[in-house]
Amino acid sequence: MAGPKIDALGQFTLTTGLGPLGRAVDFTNSNEMMLAGAVIIVLLFALGLRRRALVPRRLQALVELMYEFVHNMCVDTIGEEGLRFFPLVFTIFSFILLGNLLGLFPYFFTFTSHIAVTLSLALFVFVFSTGVGFYTHGLKFFKFFVPAGVPGWLLPLLVPIEIISYLSRPVSLSVRLFANMTAGHVMWEVFAGFMLLLTASFGILGAFASIVPLGLNIGLAALELLVAGLQAYVFAILTCLYLHDAVHMH
Amino acid sequence: MDKDRDKAAFEARLKAAEEAARGPKRERAQKNAGSAQRAIELAMRLGVEMVAAMVIAVVIGWGLDRLFHTSPWLMILMVPVGMVAGLRNLLRAAGKDK
Repeated sequence: MAGPKIDALGQFTLTTGLGPLGRAVDFTNSNEMMLAGAVIIVLLFALGLRRRALVPRRLQALVELMYEFVHNMCVDTIGEEGLRFFPLVFTIFSFILLGNLLGLFPYFFTFTSHIAVTLSLALFVFVFSTGVGFYTHGLKFFKFFVPAGVPGWLLPLLVPIEIISYLSRPVSLSVRLFANMTAGHVMWEVFAGFMLLLTASFGILGAFASIVPLGLNIGLAALELLVAGLQAYVFAILTCLYLHDAVHMH
Repeated sequence: MDKDRDKAAFEARLKAAEEAARGPKRERAQKNAGSAQRAIELAMRLGVEMVAAMVIAVVIGWGLDRLFHTSPWLMILMVPVGMVAGLRNLLRAAGKDK
């Protein structure tokens, strides 16, 4: 059939950004959005905290809200000593949040929709938390894989299970974020493409009928906004949980 | 004597001030306030949590098979182990925030 086609995955192709200079060093549109996210978060904090008012105004309130949110998350999940990891958790949270939110804009690239990006973030968290575990407990950290209070003859069975459960962390962490962002954007594209198909096939009648997918897309936009925030939150709180396990070992 | 009492009073006030500076202690009850948030977070996590363990187990089995030329027995052996590890992940995720 001629006419419009639904190209749901085309939106995730990498191109080069920043003109000929970007082409020379393979600076992709994904990198562009990462840079934009980082710049926005730094600017937000620089501008929001410029005044340092006792009674914050909107921008400062926003910045303080974000800070306190992550601060509470660290203290509640890891404990008082979790504040050591606050800068890391906050960086991860804000980077992913900005990536998800920027991706919601039309024509903007969603860098969290690439497994390469989410997997490297997750692997970093995984390696870091394992390192923290060995740093705080030394070789005793291997006891983490031996569940307490089970008879000895079960251990050959339980230890591999615990190890696989531990190794599955980066996979679940990265796939969750990647799948959620990709699925949302694909659904958007499919419904939008369906509107074009309807109009092309049934003319004026189809144009009226395409109100239905339009409504669905509006609903999806709200859902995507929720998912964007939630996935950043889930990634950050799981980072906290893994660090908690590394520090407290249980 | 009087000095001692002054000192004790000062220590008490210092302690109170330090306590206040640290901010109010968050209660357990307040943690449950965001229970809807926790529920959504759990719903997002559980499905992937189970599949991920399975994937890792099968990949390990497949790799060991290639190493020892025992295809496909170790992979088959790892499937139930992966399933149990996935269930273990689920239980841990669900039981963590009780």
